[in-house]
Amino acid sequence: MKKMFFSLPNLLMALLLLAFYGLTYAGLEQGWIDDYYKLNLFLICINIILAVSLNVINGMTGQFSIGHAGFMAIGAYGSAVMTMKLGFPFGAALIVGAVGAALAGLIVGIPTLRLKGDYLAIATLGFGEIIRVIILNIEYVGGAAGLNGIAQYTNWHWIFFLTVATVLVIKNFMTSTHGRACIAIRENEIAAETMGVDITRYKVIAFTIGAFFAGLAGALHAHYFYTIQPTTFGFMKSFDILVFVVLGGLGSLTGSILSAIGLTVLSAFLQDYAELRMVIYSLLLIIVMLVRPQGLMGTAEFSYRGVAKLYDRLSGKGRGPGNDTAVG
Amino acid sequence: MLTVRNLHVYYGAIHALKGVSLQVEEGEIVTLIGANGAGKTTTLHTLSGLLKPREGEILFQGQNIAGMAAQKIVALGLSQVPEGRRVFANMTVLENLELGAFLRKDAAGIKEDMEKVFVRFPRLQERIKQLAGTLSGGEQQMLAMGRALMSRPKLLLLDEPSMGLAPLLVKEIFSIIKEINAAGTTILLIEQNAHMALSIAQKAYVMETGKIVLSGPANELAQSEEVQKAYLGG
Repeated sequence: MKKMFFSLPNLLMALLLLAFYGLTYAGLEQGWIDDYYKLNLFLICINIILAVSLNVINGMTGQFSIGHAGFMAIGAYGSAVMTMKLGFPFGAALIVGAVGAALAGLIVGIPTLRLKGDYLAIATLGFGEIIRVIILNIEYVGGAAGLNGIAQYTNWHWIFFLTVATVLVIKNFMTSTHGRACIAIRENEIAAETMGVDITRYKVIAFTIGAFFAGLAGALHAHYFYTIQPTTFGFMKSFDILVFVVLGGLGSLTGSILSAIGLTVLSAFLQDYAELRMVIYSLLLIIVMLVRPQGLMGTAEFSYRGVAKLYDRLSGKGRGPGNDTAVG
Repeated sequence: MLTVRNLHVYYGAIHALKGVSLQVEEGEIVTLIGANGAGKTTTLHTLSGLLKPREGEILFQGQNIAGMAAQKIVALGLSQVPEGRRVFANMTVLENLELGAFLRKDAAGIKEDMEKVFVRFPRLQERIKQLAGTLSGGEQQMLAMGRALMSRPKLLLLDEPSMGLAPLLVKEIFSIIKEINAAGTTILLIEQNAHMALSIAQKAYVMETGKIVLSGPANELAQSEEVQKAYLGG
């Protein structure tokens, strides 16, 4: 099914996004949106980038990686060194952070992606810890104290457009021939290989793309919070990102986005009940996994058709033919 | 078309294939029969590049493909229908077939082959938008075969197409295999259902514990006492 890029729904979606961008910008400038909301809004964007990028590896390609925070750390530290120590502009620092993380993804991916399942998970977990320990021991980047006084370059423009760009790039990758190859690997590795899919190559590509955007998220993170420490990018961070992806549905970008938004908002609400926060969070996860083990969205995606069908159903115009999983 | 000489394959320390040799001529249906664990699937996986042999030669149209990457072997025209069908369950029938043509760039040829698949398997056309995982076992077998045909193979390797299917369906699948062969595709068929396999093949090899123990024209093997006893329940 070929779709035109400039179709009416796409233009409408672009308009909606631009309106959201403009209104939020006005809100931030005029002070209608206070710092607390701003913080959470930015966190949502960073978490969307992280969730969607991990989804390329864990969801689309089916390779269970739990070291995503390691790539984020490389992006954060790489970019912060560029702006703080070397005086490069923010744009260049973002690129260096993301490319650095992608290179790390490539180097780690080539040997480890021959591993499967649990073994790969352990290897990626180890990688994340190695990155953290290395950074901890480099005096140049502050060791355990971390880097402080990073300029706050991450503003609404950067974060909004980079989040949208990330989702668009990954969505297009997913629906391309290459994305199809990755999904085939997830569905059945042997069958994919017998179809002529170079499975090692595609696993490494997926890993590298995921790492690139995690690095980007790390760079945005570093330049928003002034300060970064090795502990920021520990195992718990990797786990948080993993939860977004699993809860939203492995393989569904829509699911990743929705759960990144939902869980960020939820943990903001629960901040006041610090001791209850992890309990409620965990309970929620257990319930969702019991009721919907495939995640909120399964592998389904938001689609205009799905929305139309949902509208029809809600307004009682009868049901479309089957397949209610396509509803976005 | 395919000449295999003295193939040795190991799983770690386990010596799985101990010097397998076989020959497939263009246009033939050749079958490889044998009990569970004889090494039939191992042989086939080595031919299609999923396993690397430690020793031996695989000549496909004169070229040694032993140890070559799987995607290069598919590109040369050797395609596999894996055991247990292995369709992409969460993809539609159409997407499965499109993946069969993954390495091809000729849109017109792909379309033509897709139409041929639908003529051969009308059931697949009826279910074109259905998820492959929701198809019946027989339909999944048809899809796996159609998917392999989408790469326009010169030699098609079939791994136990009768597995888990009702007798009537097995008959249908085998008559389709004959049709595919008649349309010009050479076939190497691996089967536990020796009776069916020997009835459509011209030549047969019998495997036991990693070795070829018998070979010859299929009709002769079907009559031979040894095969009757061991595989045909005679």
